[in-house]
Amino acid sequence: MSQEVLLSVKDLRTEFFSSKTSSVTAIKDVSFDMYRGEVLGLVGESGCGKSVTSLSIMQLLKDTPGKVTNGSATLDGVNLVEASDTQIRDIRGGKMSMIFQEPMSALNPSMRIDKQMIETIRLHQDMTKEQALAHAADMLKKVGIPDPARVLKNYPHQLSGGMSQRVMIAMALSNNPELLIADEPTTALDVTIQAQILDLMKKLQKEDGSSILLITHDLGVVAEMCTRVIVMYAGKIVEMAPVEKLFATPSHPYTQGLIASVPKLGSGVKVLPSIPGSVPDLASMPTGCRFAPRCKYATDKCREQEPELLDISEDQKCRCWRTQEG
Amino acid sequence: MEKNVILSLKNVSKTFPVGKSLLGRPTKFVHAVNDVSFDVYEGETFSIVGESGCGKSTTGRLINHLLIPDSGEIWFQGKEISHISQDEMRPIRKDMQMIFQDPAGSLNPRMRVSELIEEPLLIHTDMSAEERAKIVNNLLKIVGLSDKHASRYPHEFSGGQKQRIGIARALTVNPHLVIADEPISALDVSIQAQVLNLLHKLQEEYKLTYVFISHDLSVVEMISDRIAVMYLGFVVETAPKEMLYKTPLHPYTEALLSAVPIPDPTLHKERIILEGDIPSTINLPKGCPFAARCKKCRPECLEQRPERVEVEPGHFVACHLYKK
Repeated sequence: MSQEVLLSVKDLRTEFFSSKTSSVTAIKDVSFDMYRGEVLGLVGESGCGKSVTSLSIMQLLKDTPGKVTNGSATLDGVNLVEASDTQIRDIRGGKMSMIFQEPMSALNPSMRIDKQMIETIRLHQDMTKEQALAHAADMLKKVGIPDPARVLKNYPHQLSGGMSQRVMIAMALSNNPELLIADEPTTALDVTIQAQILDLMKKLQKEDGSSILLITHDLGVVAEMCTRVIVMYAGKIVEMAPVEKLFATPSHPYTQGLIASVPKLGSGVKVLPSIPGSVPDLASMPTGCRFAPRCKYATDKCREQEPELLDISEDQKCRCWRTQEG
Repeated sequence: MEKNVILSLKNVSKTFPVGKSLLGRPTKFVHAVNDVSFDVYEGETFSIVGESGCGKSTTGRLINHLLIPDSGEIWFQGKEISHISQDEMRPIRKDMQMIFQDPAGSLNPRMRVSELIEEPLLIHTDMSAEERAKIVNNLLKIVGLSDKHASRYPHEFSGGQKQRIGIARALTVNPHLVIADEPISALDVSIQAQVLNLLHKLQEEYKLTYVFISHDLSVVEMISDRIAVMYLGFVVETAPKEMLYKTPLHPYTEALLSAVPIPDPTLHKERIILEGDIPSTINLPKGCPFAARCKKCRPECLEQRPERVEVEPGHFVACHLYKK
């Protein structure tokens, strides 16, 4: 794998404002590099900030109370956080595109598929309508839709969940993006359909060598798809490692707990180890390490001082006093 | 295990009308549950698995008399309950409680936790307020909350805690059978394990029988004794857990098991990828419900519904490949 950095995120902080002066911080100190050609997983439970991270990178927080208040996200030399609206519009859907969890609500319900796809393609590529339509049909074929001509004439409500997710993927890939952000792309789908879509994404990734930032809560999907994984907890990155390492030797107690608490097909256990308590509220974060109240190893130091995200080996980073001090 | 049948479904079917003709009569029917039969033994966890639209939740609702079947019989503790009146059903509900998927949606937001939990006692018993409060506080402790939570409202709790309240409410009247419809699907991974462990503990303590409805095969494997796999409203395979996971017989079960992503990156398994989507339940296929997506489909599969056969003791499958 080439080690050329495609996307570099530094000290990203996003806050949601309830008024001019009061806000909650959804993500803080988020820094990572994404390399060309890798599938980088971003995992965590609801509210951990994984989706906010991707929305911040895509600059999709415009119509929300959310605002990036610190840091940068650089794609191919362009800082997305400071880019103008025209610049962003040019990049989104072109160099960088996104697949959402709910394919149904991400497609325009009042527009036929052909019109939506042609619009997307023509925004970024110099093509006539006919050329764009032909390209759209090619893309649909590529994502395994057996009858593209018929699907192109359909409205989104006429498609099944799996079908519309394929259309979304076709649309997202139609301008050869350098970076594809997939936010829970299979969570709304049934397992057999999920298997189809994951299989498709893997195949396309191999063929085109595309870079995917895969956001998911499902560790099974992570194990299957990703080369490297970032684990987030309560708005911060707590661990970063290659996928084999993360599952074999997770170093943060949260990662350990998370992996242990997932039932594994064929393991034969009756009682699972579980993490006590629940995720802290964004408005009242504990001082010190954010995982300390739920951590069985927590010491006074953990409760008072927040650890940094530091290298614990060549390719593994962890935010924990215990691993950093041996 | 002593094999006392507590619940038995015999050829149960349910359809829902869709569309209307000029005269207001339904023009089409969704065949949600088709000819479903199974027995549930006392003290076991019987799981119903399948993908969305397979009829698993409808089956749960039929058992709990929230829906009335079109045909077939449902026997609970030796009594046929499918066509009795709501009044006759009320005392039976005491022995049969339900836990729902969406813990927020199933708790009245205007009621305090104590009121929510004691409501079944008001309906089924004539206990005094003190007796009820005692039971409520005790139950709160059992499900891992404390008595200081009793005076709060549901919105003050997290998802996992709400589900604990739902579980406490189901247990107030000491039911024998608990129907749990996707009880952990709306919860986060680390909370799922907590609630699963709680359900497991309660089963041992109270000798509960669970009908566990889920789409998650890894969870089902953990919690079940026996499993029924549903597809398009039909039960295609029923077996004890070990048999089902080790030697799945129905091609659909096989595909379903192989589709589950396993959290272990060192594992590279060959996956059976099913083509196409689940067909509509409005026009049921004439033959085997799975024929259109089955790789082992034969001409007779398109023509004839397969009968249920017992391949080994306790292992039932409805597939032409296993005809006697």
